[in-house]
Amino acid sequence: MAETALTATGESSARIAGWRGIAADWSSDQRAFKNVSWGKAMMWIFLLSDTFIFSCFLLSYMTTRMSTTVPWPDTSEVFALDIGGKHIPMILIAIMTFVLISSSGTMAMAVNFGYRRDRVKTAALMLATAAFGATFVSMQGFEWTKLIMEGVRPWGNPWGAEQFGSCFFLITGFHGTHVTIGVIFLIAIARKVLRGDFDVERRGFFTSRKGYYEIVEITGLYWHFVDLVWVFIFAFFYLW
Amino acid sequence: MVDIPYEAIADVPPAEVPDVELYHPKSWVTKYVFSQDAKVIAVQYALTASAIGLVALVLSWMMRLQLGFPGTFSFIDPNQYLQFITMHGMIMVIFLLTALFLGGFGNYLIPLMVGARDMVFPYVNMLSYWVYLLAVLVLGSSFFAPGGPTGAGWTLYPPQAILSGTPGGRDWGIILMLVSLILFIIGFTMGGLNYVVTVLQARTRGMTLMRLPLTVWGIFTATIMALLAFPALFVASVMMLFDRALGTSFFMPTLIEMGSLSKYGGGSPLLFQHLFWFFGHPEVYIVALPAFGIVSDLISTHARKNIFGYRMMVWAIVAIGALSFVVWAHHMYVSGMYPYFGFFFATTTLIIAIPTAIKVYNWVLTLWRGDIHLTVPMLFALGFIITFVNGGLTGLFLGNVVVDVPLSATMFVVAHFHMVMGVAPILVVLGAIYHWYPKVTGRMLNEVLGKFHFWVTFLGAYMIFFPMHYLGLLGIPRRYYALGDAAFIPPSAHTLNAFISVVALTVGVAQMVFLFNLVWSLFRGKPSGGNPWRATTLEWQTPETPPGHGNWGKDLPVVYRWAYDYSVPGAKEDFIPQNQPPVPRGAHGAGP
Repeated sequence: MAETALTATGESSARIAGWRGIAADWSSDQRAFKNVSWGKAMMWIFLLSDTFIFSCFLLSYMTTRMSTTVPWPDTSEVFALDIGGKHIPMILIAIMTFVLISSSGTMAMAVNFGYRRDRVKTAALMLATAAFGATFVSMQGFEWTKLIMEGVRPWGNPWGAEQFGSCFFLITGFHGTHVTIGVIFLIAIARKVLRGDFDVERRGFFTSRKGYYEIVEITGLYWHFVDLVWVFIFAFFYLW
Repeated sequence: MVDIPYEAIADVPPAEVPDVELYHPKSWVTKYVFSQDAKVIAVQYALTASAIGLVALVLSWMMRLQLGFPGTFSFIDPNQYLQFITMHGMIMVIFLLTALFLGGFGNYLIPLMVGARDMVFPYVNMLSYWVYLLAVLVLGSSFFAPGGPTGAGWTLYPPQAILSGTPGGRDWGIILMLVSLILFIIGFTMGGLNYVVTVLQARTRGMTLMRLPLTVWGIFTATIMALLAFPALFVASVMMLFDRALGTSFFMPTLIEMGSLSKYGGGSPLLFQHLFWFFGHPEVYIVALPAFGIVSDLISTHARKNIFGYRMMVWAIVAIGALSFVVWAHHMYVSGMYPYFGFFFATTTLIIAIPTAIKVYNWVLTLWRGDIHLTVPMLFALGFIITFVNGGLTGLFLGNVVVDVPLSATMFVVAHFHMVMGVAPILVVLGAIYHWYPKVTGRMLNEVLGKFHFWVTFLGAYMIFFPMHYLGLLGIPRRYYALGDAAFIPPSAHTLNAFISVVALTVGVAQMVFLFNLVWSLFRGKPSGGNPWRATTLEWQTPETPPGHGNWGKDLPVVYRWAYDYSVPGAKEDFIPQNQPPVPRGAHGAGP
């Protein structure tokens, strides 16, 4: 496993480029994706599967939105806030989106410092990412509370089609769960980084496999995916 | 010159991945209960799936008792009948076949066949089984819940699935069913990721993808399909659970229930059907592709002949897997969907016949002039080909919009899907158990009992399902508790129903012979040795039988050739194992 943990080895430079390279990799033995470790391959395939889950959720939302005969609530009004006497539509969602996308930036920097084996900076950036994620979830909690106070329920709301509440709680709830799981993993991995687990290749609790700094990157893959999903939810649910 | 195919003498590249250290169990519990060894997990999966499958078998007897002799058995009321058909269908399709092929055969055969020590992440693999067991327990608990299990039909169509007129609709039944499905999908995903990554990234030296036995190709492709199809069922289950438990209306239109306007409104029942069948059609091939793969290996091994058209077989598996994602609405021709969609889906459905036919021809051509040994696994493999062709042809009927509309929801449909994804894959499961039992236990299954089991099962299954086509053409509907005195149903149809029921019970009893054989042979069976079928694939070349922890002893095997070197001219034996090195170039001179 030792060499597979590295993203680039001397081997890769000698490989054929383009489609012929892909064909050569797939027809070679042992591994279809050269220099991709088991953990990273597994995360990519899981994300593919998860993509189908979120796609099904979003398509179902669009279908119910089209099938209902009652008007859909005006999202820019529903998600508006009064700040300092000014009525600003979508302000909270805009801030949430900004926070989550910023967290992708700190995550990418954490991956970089991880491969440089800078334990303190890596852990600090991962914790910053986790903090952004926690902020996002808290703001979502605020948003949920506000809507619930205004009378929005999964089975109905004061402004129009009851599917609005159903889809809102289901989709943002499922995404929020993903963010929460991500925050927990970020904190757990940051702790391992700080403790130096990956310098001594200590075995993981769940996988019983040796740990490497690549795990920071794998966590990052998940995190970027959750951010990307949010962009689609933002576009299709809030802006439409 | 004659004996070694080109690929066999290709140089074997050096190892790219150092050998892994495994988790070593320290106690009986971590060795046999909370085991991280794929082989133990496979047996756990297989036993659990078989146990819940037996429940489904008993449910089918109850249904046949009612259909064959309506009114005779007072302990079956209409509600129970609906619960029986629902649970029978769901258990057989998901909790038996999917779990057995992927969790059972996948776990056992993938690491052994690709030359790995275990799955890539054994701990996650172990969790997969325990979540699956939890799903089975939740499902089983619905038999004891107030109101009993759901009777919505295995397709669980809303709105009826969660209304008070359906058994379990306003009780616990439907909730437990949906929770069980959600758990199953979570558990399967953990296992499925392992199977896919093991095949892609953890093969031994020399094992290219195009040297994999077709069994691995079938299970691998089916697992990828499952990882992409189960999300739709997951989403549908979560949304229906919301509709039932929270009162949302994802799938529920405005309707009158028991004389009063229900609180639901504005949802789309058709959306559920699309989600369900986006999962449901690939599910057919999730069950069929492992069967295709396994049967290819059975036929090749027991006909002592290389598989005909190996590359075409692989590409046919991949093509069927891809096409199966664009045919789902052929289950919905009568759903009220926009009619012209039907013609698109009919076209894609009929295109699937091409790769499928390629596979059938290749199986037959593998048999052609082979050295056919009519062993028990071979009998089951031959039975599969016949049953599958039969069920596939009626699939062409049902795939056409104009033919499907009158046949929809009749016994013809029941006959079709039982032939093609019930009997056919089960025959492969049974054949595969006879084939690999010696590797799992070190003992052969009794052959006389096996042949008896085969003939009763195969002929019996035909006698059960073949007449059902005729009943369907008469227009007899499926899922009906009793047929009543409808004028279009001749008295002979009732006689035929009684006949089917008697045969079904007989076939059911024959399965007890099989169970006896499994237990008896475990202690008294003939010791099999490491490679009783003289097969080429890696799982038969393990240093120990049953294979030990880590599968391969000290050194991983090195693969030099494809999996089908049977009856190679000039070779000493009629098979050459995949890990047998080629004869050095100079040694050819003395050949024939």
